[in-house]
This record gives sequence, structure tokens and C-alpha cells, in this order.
Amino acid sequence: MEEVGVSSRVVFSTRGVTKVYAMGEMEIHALRGVDLDLYAGELSVMLGASGSGKSTLLNILGGLDSATDGRVMYGDQNLVRASDRVLTAFRRDHVGFVFQFYNLISSLTARENVSIVTEISRNPMTPEEALAMVGLEERMDHFPSQLSGGEQQRVAIARAIAKRPDVLLCDEPTGALDSKTGVRVLEALEHVNRELGTTTVVITHNAVIGEMAERVIQLSDGQVASVHVNQRRAAPGELHW
Amino acid sequence: MRTLRRKLIRDLAMLRGQVTAIAIVIAAGVMTLVMLVTSLDAIRLSKDRFYEEFNFAHVFVDLKRAPERVAERVREIEGVSLLQTQVQSPVRLEVPGFDDPVRGQVLSIPDGRQPDLNQLHLREGSLPESGRNDQVLLSEPFAEAHGLQVGDNLTAIINGRLKTLSVSGVALSPEFIYQLGPGDLLPDYERFGVLWMNRRALAASLDMDGAFNRLALSLQSGVPVEPMIEAVDGILAPYGGLGAYDREDQLSHRFLSQELDQLRMSATILPTIFLGVAAFLLNVLMARIINTQRQQVAVLKAFGYGNGAIGWYYGLLTGLIVLIGCVFGVVLGGWAASGLAGVYMEYFRFPAMSFRLQPRVILLGVAIAGAAAGLGTFRAVSRAARLPPAQAMRPPAPETYHQTALERSVLWRWLSQPSRIIIRNLSRHRLKAAFSVLGISLSGALILVGSFQFNAVDHLIDTQYRLVQKADTNIYFSEPVAPGVKASLLNQPGVTAVETFRDVATRLTHGHREYRTAIQGMDASRRLRGLIDTAYRDITLPGEGLLLTAYLAEHLGVEPGDTVDVEVMEGQRRTLSVPVAGTVNEPIGMGAYMERRALNRLLREGPAVTGAWLLTDQSREQALFDRLWDMPLVTSVGMIRESRTSIRRYIEDTMLFMMGFMLLLAGSIAFAVLYNNARIAFAERARELATLRVLGFTRTEVAWILIGEIGLLTLLSIPVGWGLGTALAWLLNQSISMDLFRVPFVITHQTYAFAAAGVVLAATLSLLFVARRLYRLNMIDALKTAE
Repeated sequence: MEEVGVSSRVVFSTRGVTKVYAMGEMEIHALRGVDLDLYAGELSVMLGASGSGKSTLLNILGGLDSATDGRVMYGDQNLVRASDRVLTAFRRDHVGFVFQFYNLISSLTARENVSIVTEISRNPMTPEEALAMVGLEERMDHFPSQLSGGEQQRVAIARAIAKRPDVLLCDEPTGALDSKTGVRVLEALEHVNRELGTTTVVITHNAVIGEMAERVIQLSDGQVASVHVNQRRAAPGELHW
Repeated sequence: MRTLRRKLIRDLAMLRGQVTAIAIVIAAGVMTLVMLVTSLDAIRLSKDRFYEEFNFAHVFVDLKRAPERVAERVREIEGVSLLQTQVQSPVRLEVPGFDDPVRGQVLSIPDGRQPDLNQLHLREGSLPESGRNDQVLLSEPFAEAHGLQVGDNLTAIINGRLKTLSVSGVALSPEFIYQLGPGDLLPDYERFGVLWMNRRALAASLDMDGAFNRLALSLQSGVPVEPMIEAVDGILAPYGGLGAYDREDQLSHRFLSQELDQLRMSATILPTIFLGVAAFLLNVLMARIINTQRQQVAVLKAFGYGNGAIGWYYGLLTGLIVLIGCVFGVVLGGWAASGLAGVYMEYFRFPAMSFRLQPRVILLGVAIAGAAAGLGTFRAVSRAARLPPAQAMRPPAPETYHQTALERSVLWRWLSQPSRIIIRNLSRHRLKAAFSVLGISLSGALILVGSFQFNAVDHLIDTQYRLVQKADTNIYFSEPVAPGVKASLLNQPGVTAVETFRDVATRLTHGHREYRTAIQGMDASRRLRGLIDTAYRDITLPGEGLLLTAYLAEHLGVEPGDTVDVEVMEGQRRTLSVPVAGTVNEPIGMGAYMERRALNRLLREGPAVTGAWLLTDQSREQALFDRLWDMPLVTSVGMIRESRTSIRRYIEDTMLFMMGFMLLLAGSIAFAVLYNNARIAFAERARELATLRVLGFTRTEVAWILIGEIGLLTLLSIPVGWGLGTALAWLLNQSISMDLFRVPFVITHQTYAFAAAGVVLAATLSLLFVARRLYRLNMIDALKTAE
């Protein structure tokens, strides 16, 4: 497969990132010093068992959570200890999220679920464009309850990309879907990444998905265990699990 | 089950905000019931004890003069148990250090001992010593008002003779629980007092040796009162008897019974409204709280807990909340009742307030609250228990939404997505939204019910003293005099206008209904005494026939065109048929009016008047009163300003005191309802709100969805609340009208605004409380939880 849009420009750079949760009297070290660079336009897959810290890392990258220590540089902006206002603006302007459970607003139609983001973005595409990118132009006026799980997840992707984010962070985007539907969702992600050149990070515990990534980052025990560059990226359609 | 019990405690602690709010609703309902029923009971019990222990008579009669032996004939009437004759007289009093005219009534007691009937409860000192003609017992409120102690002196003009009297004691009488001067509607303890003297001494002053002018008797049990009255009247009529009457027409008893009637109505209607609303809210709130615990129910079921155990658990949770609410309700209700009863004690003088909490009432309150809460709990728990356990583990299926009619309108396109969320949420859950609106409306309605009387009372006072009683002073003469008296009154210091009237005591009868009141004859053209219709316009006094206070007409069951029998309680005591010409709309008292010359003709007398209204210059009032008081003809001088103040004080002390509590409770309920609405809306939306935060919405933007939803519900509730409140206020208003005063059914703009403001304030406070939670909303946690 052709390599598109990958540069050596670093979008995210983390150094020595740690995250400690206090759970009552216990301290849980979710991240124990993560050093990682993410490049503009690349699609990377972060693999790891449950508790490996991958979700925590994704939340920190997306400004949903802050690190206990270390540096998380987005360009020249350090997200560690940034205020809520700064993080909110960061999410609003730069980040798109896709979650395992879609998290659509059930009272809004597909189009409106996208509009809710485009209304507050600086340079969005139209909701129609975004939905077309994920192949849902025919179902724009349906409510979430009228859409299948895969369709709901594609709406979520459309919602995430409509603002033309710099990074797209996906937390187990296929976790709640069967493999056939999951593949369609991955195709949508891959399509967006290719068309828009959005830096995309997909976290999953499903190693098969790693085959479509440019780089596969393996996390375990709160640290980066390995980074593997795929010589050949598989198309989502070739994946089976 | 031990673990479940622990969970119960934790749940209560975790839900403490909502539990507190619900407990407030319960407490408010129960408190209303306990407060009103307990005060009612306390007053009734105190009255009954006083009557029984101090031999309150059953039949009373005033007469001109009868020799003592005539009493023996009365005593022989079949069914008489005890009989007491007395002499009595109005007196004018001079209390050292008090300049206003003071009127009094002096009554005899047997020398050196208690009378057989209407015995006195000595509070201080002793009865006048036998043989002493200068000792006097004072009624307690009068003594208190002037700080008169045993051994102090005061001066009385009895039968035109000045007499210095020494206070031997202070007492209360079952005849004067409500101590009212003649012609007054409200007690004025400074300007009217009751005194008791030895019979021999008083009789000597009144030239009534061996005679009596007042008689009271008690009946053997089971003896009907009507034939007794006829028999007594038959014997005493030749001696100037003014018509025997039973307790129903005894002044103090009548006011007391009316107040009790009114309190009984309030004690029925207000708790019904408050407990009813509380029960409804409780039902809804419990159901919602448990709905938010659906997942926990499913998890418990997955662990193998049966529906019984889950029902038991939530039953216990509800029971505890009800218990907390009831304990507060009973304690606060008892406390408020003692306050209210204390206020009534100021107006109704009992030896002791018998105060008790009735288990029956408490049980009733607990039962209603328990049933309402239990029903809500049951509905929600059985719904939650029907849910297959696995469903709670799965992410929730998105709720079904449809386009609403609104969306086809132009307006829709202008709405932002958050606004659309608000509207779709509300229209998706129409029933729930309707219940919320109803709940908030009801709390607004309670605020309206609790507050409308404050403004209505202003309206009442304004009507009475701007449109009806326009004079500054009224005076009464000891006997009918020629209308020419007007000229000499005009010459008194500071008097700028005088209008005279003829007052005659009567008994009005229509069919089997009767009422004792004075007919007031007045000139057709007047400035100082208004007669108004329901639109507050002046009514022209017709040349013939009676105008009746609308409330009196209703009481007698007469309409304009009917005739009433008028029994004249003076002179020949003739009974005449008089047509009713119309009704007047007076908020205070129950009077009957006629053109003065027509009344004179009816009484077969020449032009005669018995009193006058004066407009006076306030700065010369003292001089005027001194002069009037020196006129032997004048028996009574009344200051209308004083009566205006005292009626306002009375209404404020009793009715508005009670309504103040109601208002406080209504406010608490409004807050409780809105807080719970906001909390539950927050719990239901937490996930969506977190999603929006993740998408880059600021806290304020996200809060808008919650604020918008609660705000919209609140706005919708306000007009509904106005409607419901108006209906409830009407209901309450209908139930509390009495001889003394009728609060007009007037709901001012201020009242409506106040009710709306109360609801908005409650909503704002609730949202502020919930905003704290919104601020702490953890995006990651909210997104991870399936529901």
C-alpha cells in the first residue's frame, strides 16, 4: 500500500510521562515514564492489554486528563498542568475523539450530532461532507436509535473529523462491534486519515488491527514496550479477527 | 443482608442531598397537619375544660330590672339546673396614666364567694372581701394592659357617680374568653375592661337592691335550649327582658366558635393541599431516584438477589426517608403549633392552654407520606426489577427520538444543537416533563396560596377604611336623642364634620335562620360611612327596606325582594316584617342598614339618633375626648384608627402567622422539587454532558443544556402554577369567611410575581447546587460507565 502524507514532523512528543491515581489509600501507577513521538499524518495503533495504560495515555494526549509528571508537548504547547480552559480550547480546536461506545447524543440526528461540533469549530467541513466521508450521506437525518452500531460509530467518526482536527484519537473504536462492522469502521478511519492527512491514533487490544498501521506501539505496564514500523500496511478489508 | 444494610446507609449518605430534599417535602406536609390539628385541638380542649370546670352557663338574658323573686319562677322551669342572677352596668373608667377614654362592664358576684355559674378563675389576689364596697376584680388582659396590680386603685363612674376602686384580684371568666367591648369586633384591652364587684355594693350603686338585670342558667343534660329560651322570655318580658339567648349568641363563645370553625377549615384544607402535593411529589421523586439506580438493581439481581430482597431494600430506604421527614415534621409541627396556640392565647384568654400531640394525627401524616412514597418506590422498583440483569451491563441502546412538529417550523433552524437537545429531551419524555412541570407548578401554587392573603388583607383593610369607615371617631349615646345633637357635636374641639345614625339591636330571622345584629339607620346623603357594591361603587340608600351585608344575606338565605322578620330588642320588642332592598359588600362585620327616617318610622318614634361619626383634627383629639367624656350622654368613644390597627394586628397575628409558616414550607417544597429535578436531570444527562465536554464544549456551554432544561420546565410551570394556585387559593378563601371578617378573593399582580419569583429563585439555587457537580464532572468516568 502506498504511503501517503507521512512526514517526519512531530505532532505529539511525550517525555517521562507518569500518571498516578489515588484509589483510596492505594496509589496506582498507570503510566511509568512514557517517551513517545507521534508524527503528522501517520496512522498508528497502540496495542496493550487491559491496564497497560493505553487509555490513560490517550486521555492525556487528548487533554481529557493531565499527567502527574513529565512533558506532553503538542507542538510547542505543554499540556501538563494546563488549565481546564486551555485543555477545553485544545480539545475544541485540535482533537477529534472516537470512543468504544460512540457517545452520540441520542436526541440529535446524525447530521445534528456532527453539527454540534461544527458549530463551535473555526474551520469545519459541513456536516454533510463529514458524513459523506464515512459513507453515511443517505442516513443523515436518522437518530442514533435508528442506526446500527457500525453506523453509529461512523457518525462518531464523522463528528470527530468534521472540525478538521489535527489529531484523531480512537479508543477501542471497534470494541463494541462484530468484525465485519468493525472493518467498515476501520475503513472509514483509514479513508479519513488518507484523505485529510489527520494524525490518527487507534488504541485497541486487538493485535490484528495493528496490521493496518504505519507504526504499532506496544504498551505494557505503563511504559512503551516496543515500537514496530510496518513495512507493508494491510488494507482494513484484509483484516480478520 | 448485612451487606445490603450497609449499602442502605451508604446510599442514604450518598443521596443525602436528594434525601434531604424529599424529607423536607414530607416534613412540610406532616408539619402543616400537625401544626394546625394540634393548635385546633389545644384551643378546643382548653375551651371545653374552662367551660366545664367553671360552670359556663347555657342560657343568658339581659333585662331592665326584675325583683329577685322573679328568678325563683325561672328556677322552677323544668330542666333548669343552676341559675345565677346578677346586676351589671356599663361603666366609664379612669386609669392613672392613660388618657384615652376607657369603657368597662361591671358585673356582680355574690358577696365574698364565687357565683354558681360563670365562675372566675383567679389569677392573682382574691375575691373582694364580703361587705367591702370598694374592692374590685379585674379581667386579666385589662389589668395586664395597664400594669394594674393587686392593691392598685382606679376610678369608675358608675351610674353617674365617681367611685374609687381598689384591685383585690385579677381573674378570667368563661364568659369573656374573647373580651369584647359593646359594638367592637376585636378586643382592645387598653380601652375596654371587665370588672367584678360584690353584689350588695354594686346593687347599691345602681339602685338595684333586691333586684337583678342579668340572669344566666345552665340546663340539665338533654334539655333542649329553644323551649327554655321561650319560657325564660315569657317570664322576663314584662321586666324589660331583651331576649334570652344561648351560647351560640353569646359574644365570646360565638367568636371563639367561629375562630375554631375557621381553624378547623384551615386544618382540613391546608394539610390536604400540602400533604396532597407532598404525596404527589414524593411519589414522583422516589420513582426517579430509584430509576437512577436501575443498574444497581440489575447488578444485585445478577448476584442472585431476588425481587423480594430488592423490594425490601428499597422499601427500607423509602421508609427511612419517610421516617426522617416525619420526625422533623412532627417536631417542627408541634413547635409551630405551640407558637400558633400562643398567639391565639393573646386573643382568647384561657386559664391554661391544654397542649397535647395526638398520636392519631401523627399516624395519619406518617401513613399518607408512607403510602405516597411507597407507591412511587414500588412503581420504580418493579420496573427496575423487570429489567433483565444483562441489560445493565451492556451499553444503553440510544433512546428513540423523533422529529417534533416544532422542527418543521422556521424557528427550528435558528436553534443551536444544545437547544435542540433540550427541546428533544423534553418532548421525548413528555410524561416525565409533564410531571416535572406539574410538580414545580404545585410548589409555585403553594407559594401563591401561602402569600395571596398578605396582599388580600391589605385590600380588605383598604376597602374597609377607605371606602366604608371614612370617619375618624365614632361615638355612641346612652339613649336615643334628637338629631339636633349634631350641632353641639360640631362645636366640639377639632370636629370638622358630623353625621349621625340610629342603631338598634335586633334579631333578624328568615325561616329557621336567625342572626343578632344592629340595624344602623343613616342619612341617604353621607360622606363618613360608605355602602359599597361588589364593584366597590357607592350604593344609594333606598328610602325603604334593608340593605344587608352580602355575607349576612347569605347566612339568612335571603335575596333582595325577600322579607326578613326583625325582632327589635328594645322598647316594646315588636317583631316586624321588613323587605330586603339589596346587599352591600363589606369585608368586616355583619351589618344591616336602613335609611334613618325609615328606621325611626319602623320603630314608631320621632326623629332620633343613637350615635355619630366624626371627622376630627388629630392634633386636638385629646381635648375632644376630654370634652366628649364629660358629656353624660356619651357612653362610648371609638377611634377608628385604633380599630384599623387592631384588626390588622389580629389578622396578622392569627391568619398571616399561619400563612407565614405555610409560605416558608411552600418555599422549601419548591426548592426540594427543583433541586431533585435538577439532580436527576444531571444524573440522566451526565454521560451526554461529559461527551460534549470531550468534544470541546466549555463548562458554561454544557451547563446551558441543564440550565436550559430546568429553566424551560420552570418557565412552563409558572403559568400552570398560577392557575393551580388561583384554584387552591379560591378553595381556601371559600372556606374561611366568618362574621368578623372575610378576606376578599383578590390575587394581586404582586402575588403572582412573588409566586413566580419564588419558583425562579428555587430553580436558581438548585442549579447552583448542581453546578458544583457539573464542575467536578469527570469526563473519563462518565464516558466509561455504560449508563
